[in-house]
Amino acid sequence: MAPVDAAMIHDITGPLAVRVFREMGGERVFDPERIIMLFDHQIPADSIPAAENHVFMREFAKEQGIHNYDLLEGVCHQVVMEKGRAAPGEIVVGTDSHTCTYGAAGAFATGIGSTDMGFVLKFGALYFRVPESIRVEVEGAFGRRVGAKDLILSLAGDIGADGATYMALEFAGRAMREMNMAGRMTCANMAIEMGAKAGIVAPDAATWDYVTARRDIKPFDLEGDADASYRERRHYDVTDLAPQVAVPHNVDNVVDVTDVAGTKVDQVFIGSCTNGRYEDLAEAAEVLGNADRFADGVRVIVIPASRTEYLKALRAGLIERFVEAGALVEAPCCGPCMGGAFGLLAPGEVSLSTSNRNFRGRQGSAQASVYLSSPATAAASALYGEITDPREV
Amino acid sequence: MRVWKFGNDIDTDAIIPGRFLTIYDPAELAKHAFEGTRDEFAQEVRDGDVVVGGTNFGCGSSREHAPLALLGAGVKVVVAKSFARIFYRNAVNTGLLPLISAGTDSVRDGDAVTVNIAGGYIDVNGKRLPVEPVPGFMKEIVDAGGLVAYAKDLDEVKTCNTE
Repeated sequence: MAPVDAAMIHDITGPLAVRVFREMGGERVFDPERIIMLFDHQIPADSIPAAENHVFMREFAKEQGIHNYDLLEGVCHQVVMEKGRAAPGEIVVGTDSHTCTYGAAGAFATGIGSTDMGFVLKFGALYFRVPESIRVEVEGAFGRRVGAKDLILSLAGDIGADGATYMALEFAGRAMREMNMAGRMTCANMAIEMGAKAGIVAPDAATWDYVTARRDIKPFDLEGDADASYRERRHYDVTDLAPQVAVPHNVDNVVDVTDVAGTKVDQVFIGSCTNGRYEDLAEAAEVLGNADRFADGVRVIVIPASRTEYLKALRAGLIERFVEAGALVEAPCCGPCMGGAFGLLAPGEVSLSTSNRNFRGRQGSAQASVYLSSPATAAASALYGEITDPREV
Repeated sequence: MRVWKFGNDIDTDAIIPGRFLTIYDPAELAKHAFEGTRDEFAQEVRDGDVVVGGTNFGCGSSREHAPLALLGAGVKVVVAKSFARIFYRNAVNTGLLPLISAGTDSVRDGDAVTVNIAGGYIDVNGKRLPVEPVPGFMKEIVDAGGLVAYAKDLDEVKTCNTE
């Protein structure tokens, strides 16, 4: 059993965790200050059962003295990061598979189920198997309109959907060191798409700048031992990497954008815990440039990952540009990636999405198709109504 | 008892789609198991049937609704070549037994199956397939009948030093 530094619960998997906590005889949570509660999957409530879940969670937060961010702050992983609730060397768990995002802050962070979380709420600890590690050394510099999402998609394609099952991915090398925190979060976020338990970027000055701006904590050195044993070391160079696209219906089904350019799209989603940060929206807006409108017949849905990121984009004029060009800009939430709240696809429809999963039925009908890409590729495709290489725009 | 055979990378969105996640009752979830990807499952599955997959069974979302939907359908055992990490833990925690067997390629949909947990094998159409035992500490949880039962009698837990 290992002690847990912080635990995150949201509106979908939280209610079940609370029920399990009760079934285990739980009366008081181990430490209300270490629990992060918020709602992001079905907000504002899209159904009466969703509204009932919100009420149930609010009452639990009140009873236990847990600070509840409720539906105001945004997508769970962005909120945990921007509120400084994950820091280097900490163990953070969350009832969401993309909890591994906080590896960008140098934390060991992993997604767990609701029963595991019930146990954590009661005891503040959980049983873990210590994972083996794969070291991923990424060298080189990205070309124009190619970035973190293209890298992590290419890694998913290379390592495979189960190539890192039960292991930790440790990202290192020049391309990682030069990557901003938004990009590192995109990479750590998708470690789970290779089956990994965690995806960690060793903390450096950029990490500590980010964490200390949000939390009273003194930087310390934390890196892998020089003689650490790795299950495997993999080497990549991003210099000639093309924009990548994951094609239906698996995340490791990855090709160069040129292989699928011309595929007609009905909907483009720019957002999610993977790519809903200011930097992602700025990347999309840069590709949009001075164009008047997105292509006719394409629904473009833009969802900033949090209230903070929304305000940044708003003040920078990005939101205005998206709305002018015909996008639907929604309040921070999981959006179409939830596959239930809104933005669903009809049978036969095609979506290009900056989110993390293209499983059959993930965004609505099981007869629809979801492609995954970077914000730049998504914006270029929204402009032309078909999958488009952003380098050609 | 019959086999419901699936391929590789069966994700939890397929086992229970996102639009049903406000449901927590296993019997109700079971009505929507594999909805859209294998509609006959919820109609025809019988108590004691066994789900057999390939590699990476249960990948994707951490939703515990996935093992609950299978349990609600009367499935008590899933056999696969490998499991995704979170699903594997969720299954053990909720009392759905995940068994690893290298030999699931030879298993066909609709095959007759019996499971012998104590003996460490399953019989499929009269052919014996060895399965790997549940490892270490997880066996204690399986034996207790899930993590809730395991935790009920615990007052506190002893944690390791993580410094």
